[in-house]
Amino acid sequence: MLSIRNIDTFYGNIQALHNVSIEIAEGEIITLIGANGAGKTTTLMSVCGVVPPRTGEILFRNQPIHHLSPDKIVPLGICQVPEGRLIFPYMTVMENLDMGAYLRKDKNGIKHDLEYIFDLFPILAQRKTQAGGTLSGGEQQMLAMSRALMARPKLLLLDEPSLGLAPLIIKQIFEIIEKINAENNTTVFLVEQNANQALKVAHRGYVMENGHISLTDSAENLMKNEDVRRAYLGL
Amino acid sequence: MDYFWELFFGGLTRGSIYALIALGYTMVYGIIELINFAHGEVYMIGAFTGLIVAGVFSLMGFSGASLLVLAMVIAVLYSSAYGYTIEKIAYKPLRGASRLAPLISAIGMSIFLQNYVLLAQTSDFLPFPALIPEFDFMEPYIDYLGSSELVIILTTVLVMIALTVLIKFTKIGKAMRATAQNKKMAMLTGVNVDHVISMTFIIGSGLAAVGGVLIATHIGQINFYIGFIAGLKAFTAAVLGGIGSIPGAVLGSLILGWTESFATGYISSDYEDVFAFCLLVLILIFRPAGILGRSTTQKV
Repeated sequence: MLSIRNIDTFYGNIQALHNVSIEIAEGEIITLIGANGAGKTTTLMSVCGVVPPRTGEILFRNQPIHHLSPDKIVPLGICQVPEGRLIFPYMTVMENLDMGAYLRKDKNGIKHDLEYIFDLFPILAQRKTQAGGTLSGGEQQMLAMSRALMARPKLLLLDEPSLGLAPLIIKQIFEIIEKINAENNTTVFLVEQNANQALKVAHRGYVMENGHISLTDSAENLMKNEDVRRAYLGL
Repeated sequence: MDYFWELFFGGLTRGSIYALIALGYTMVYGIIELINFAHGEVYMIGAFTGLIVAGVFSLMGFSGASLLVLAMVIAVLYSSAYGYTIEKIAYKPLRGASRLAPLISAIGMSIFLQNYVLLAQTSDFLPFPALIPEFDFMEPYIDYLGSSELVIILTTVLVMIALTVLIKFTKIGKAMRATAQNKKMAMLTGVNVDHVISMTFIIGSGLAAVGGVLIATHIGQINFYIGFIAGLKAFTAAVLGGIGSIPGAVLGSLILGWTESFATGYISSDYEDVFAFCLLVLILIFRPAGILGRSTTQKV
């Protein structure tokens, strides 16, 4: 479904990604794990067109997308929940969700998806008219995920969804990720520092070090891999 | 007491004009964090366009209110085109540059436009026709509220309501707010940020042109330099209210208008500007973000 082929991405003169290749098949949950500053977020930003790669190509359903701007990539069905959640702080919960459906015109579909989301996260229904910035961290993560779901993504990119959240909330968030994947056949590309949690839900994983992909394997094998265990699982 | 009300409505009229201009400053700042110093010039160009349109169409037999509406509509379109073009030429190429670069570019654009109008028109004050008729029903109030002041105030109120509806409920309005609050996230929801920035310049310039035509017909004369003074005052008002905040710009403008009006009326007209800028200094000392401004902190 998504095919990242040999991309190099730069911030000015600083190269953040070196020859990165990642393959994601329809319906998979793929995780990208790695230390701080390894280039995980940059990989997602390259896919979304916010920081386009300088060389290499990115194909989505066999269509090249690496030269498209974000507003052309989102309607293809690629949606990101960015690191730090980036809720619009002075817009209400409802308006944040509206922004998720910014490019959609099917009123009935939007209404239907809103109901689905309030079913998934009942707390958001209670907070409808509250400003996004006044929500707790966990609620903001739920809102950020819901906002992305409002675009009806075929590929959902999640950047550190567990960052700064309480263990109980993290568990809930990961359950929802599995649920979204199972119920809607949404493909999930999950970037995480919390490798333990990520490998539990993922089918396959990639390990990133200093802008390179150093290892890729099934999630089970990565869990057993000595280097991964030592470096990322703290075992 | 009549004198008080005269000053009150005089201040309200001034404040209305400042608000129409200040909105352009504050909206642009909200979206791209740039002080668009050429904004005052867009207002001045609006006034000049109004003058030319009024001249041409009065020869064709138009007069009074229909002439005012024509002058205003064409001035708005023309100034919007200027605002759009200014952004494309002077600011867009500098989007990735340090913050100082577009600021210098803005000042350059302001000087260029002033001199362009100076050369294309004249350095003298040009008389501007009174396009707002004297209403009979305003006769009893003439001592403290003239017909043209009434029209300025009402027009401003209508424009504010329209703008509020636009920002709050329309798709482009939501996209503008989202872009102002988090540009990266707005991009990730599919907002075309370039389009939003262009729309912001177009709307801000249109508002300034409304102000330009109204004040020109109220005062009765214009020259190439009016944009500098009015721009500076409106900018002060925007900072006073909290730059980036739309209600703040309106509030700041009204406070500034009344301050100037009452200071002029009760103390001395020599001190008009002194009071305006003293107010600014006090606000910056005690509330640097402005009256309704938000200090920017981000929760991670």
